[in-house]
Amino acid sequence: MNAYVIRRLLLMIPMMIGVTLISFTIIHLAPGEPMAQQTDLNPNASPESLKRLRELYHLDKPLYVQYYIWVKKIVVLDFGDSFSIDARPVLDKIAERIPITLTLNALSLIIVLVVSIPIGVYSAIRPYSLFDKIATFFVFFGFSMPTFWLALLLMLFFGVWLEWLPISGIESYNHDSLSPVGRFIDYTEHLLMPALVAGLTSLAGLSRFTRQNMLEVIRQDYVVTARAKGLNENVVVYKHCLKNAMLPVVTILALSIPGLIGGSVIFETIYAIPGMGQLFFQSVMSRDYPLIMGILVIGSFLTLLANLLADIAYAFVDPRIAYE
Amino acid sequence: MNNVAVPKTFSELFIYKFKRNVMAVAGAVVVFILFVVAAFAPVIAPYDPSEINTKIILLAPSIDHLCGTDDLGRDVFSRMVFGSRISLTVGFVAVGIATLIGVFIGAVSGYFGGWVDSALMRFVDLMLTIPSFFLILAVIAFMEPSIYNIMIVIGVTGWMSVARLVRAEFLALKERDFVTSAKALGATNSVIIIRHILPNAMSPVLVSATLGVAGAILTESSLSFLGIGVQPPTPSWGNILTLGKDNIEYAWWLSVYPGMAILVTVLGYNLLGEGVRDALDPRIVIHSELE
Repeated sequence: MNAYVIRRLLLMIPMMIGVTLISFTIIHLAPGEPMAQQTDLNPNASPESLKRLRELYHLDKPLYVQYYIWVKKIVVLDFGDSFSIDARPVLDKIAERIPITLTLNALSLIIVLVVSIPIGVYSAIRPYSLFDKIATFFVFFGFSMPTFWLALLLMLFFGVWLEWLPISGIESYNHDSLSPVGRFIDYTEHLLMPALVAGLTSLAGLSRFTRQNMLEVIRQDYVVTARAKGLNENVVVYKHCLKNAMLPVVTILALSIPGLIGGSVIFETIYAIPGMGQLFFQSVMSRDYPLIMGILVIGSFLTLLANLLADIAYAFVDPRIAYE
Repeated sequence: MNNVAVPKTFSELFIYKFKRNVMAVAGAVVVFILFVVAAFAPVIAPYDPSEINTKIILLAPSIDHLCGTDDLGRDVFSRMVFGSRISLTVGFVAVGIATLIGVFIGAVSGYFGGWVDSALMRFVDLMLTIPSFFLILAVIAFMEPSIYNIMIVIGVTGWMSVARLVRAEFLALKERDFVTSAKALGATNSVIIIRHILPNAMSPVLVSATLGVAGAILTESSLSFLGIGVQPPTPSWGNILTLGKDNIEYAWWLSVYPGMAILVTVLGYNLLGEGVRDALDPRIVIHSELE
């Protein structure tokens, strides 16, 4: 097992090199001048100063030299400084945003698990029943729902019409003056809608997946045996079937991570949540090369890490799997 | 059941199974209606979609303006009707690009195998590692936001699943006797790939393309909503929703109707795609036969 983990960790190195190569090439081949942001609006900026700026950031050098300079720093976790006015280190800017995005994604994953597994199980126990048909229809609904539209509708309904929930940010103006419990409630109110929205697509996917797996498992001989020896139906379903049907869910959850991270751009922008998605959107709009690259690399790293954790977790829950 | 004409040929069976799937037929109808609306947009739209009239700003839906008016007094229903053309074009062109790349890479990978296969599949793994919406956003933002660039970027970042699918089909099909006999008769690799194997691998590609159109429409509308997709004054469902967000406290109709159009369209393509998949799948027997 240890050897397997070490091998997988080592395999992440070429993967990360590949990821940096792809994202670096794409970003730098795309037309657009990053320094234009700093010189276009400044009437005093001369062609010479633009040239100096380009030299300062090595933008005048060939692409492979730029890549080499950049990668050499990344190895020691130096992602450079942001091109924006504050010129803060990229890593600091990302570090203060990641917890918010991860908390939000963790919250929505919990919602997804709690809602979708029971739906999938009930659908599978009585396939083609009324409940199953309604659930199937809702699954298609969830797949087809534009996330940003759902976000807008919830804002309109709970925020503007009912005025139950705040429509933007993660804390109220008077947050600091609240009691600890008050602060917790304040956070919850702000994060409820975004977490729901973020989880919807995975929710649909996972209930479908659970249903299919349960249907497979229910047909197995050992389930027939369990029923034949007169076991209570609940025991059969929840002890014999569910446990086995849940195994692949670990993988599916890990596979949904890049989607969740990518999707955070949309709902963080809509709900004005200061997370990594919003930061990425801002950095992209201002052509902040170091920040864009930093977020792409860290986003991809999180994805690889999630895949690895999923494979390891799989080995723990499924005794049939042994990685040598 | 015995006195009913039993479908014999592949296409008869396909139609037989498809017609019995209510959801699939509903999806097909939605997609058909969308085509008609896009084709006859100028006839269906009651007003000029870009006609500005400052006297009727942000009117609520009424008989005159079925879906109300926007902040420049334009008729939202007419804009939505013309917006259907954007969704349709982006959906088809983007998926066309993705399918072409995916089929090419998948076919080469599956047919030749060996180091070509390993290299291409590692490349697929890499592309899947970068959160795709991040990648799309990064590229789009550096280019002039236009409908052409959007179609290209969505296509270029969306071919990986097709490639895997086609590769799997090719791996299985290339061992079959008809391929061996084609080789024995001296057919070149490209003839075997294009004429002999590819037609047999098209069913799953067709299904994935239909579902892909749904995904591409969703991505386009998200990008337009964020302001880096289709640019106003060209109407797209996504950019009408941007106005909806800006005017969320005064004009609910700007947020509600265009989103419904997206939802129904995407739902239609998803139902159609799943319906085609089930109808093509020989393992799936129609449920009513079982009862």
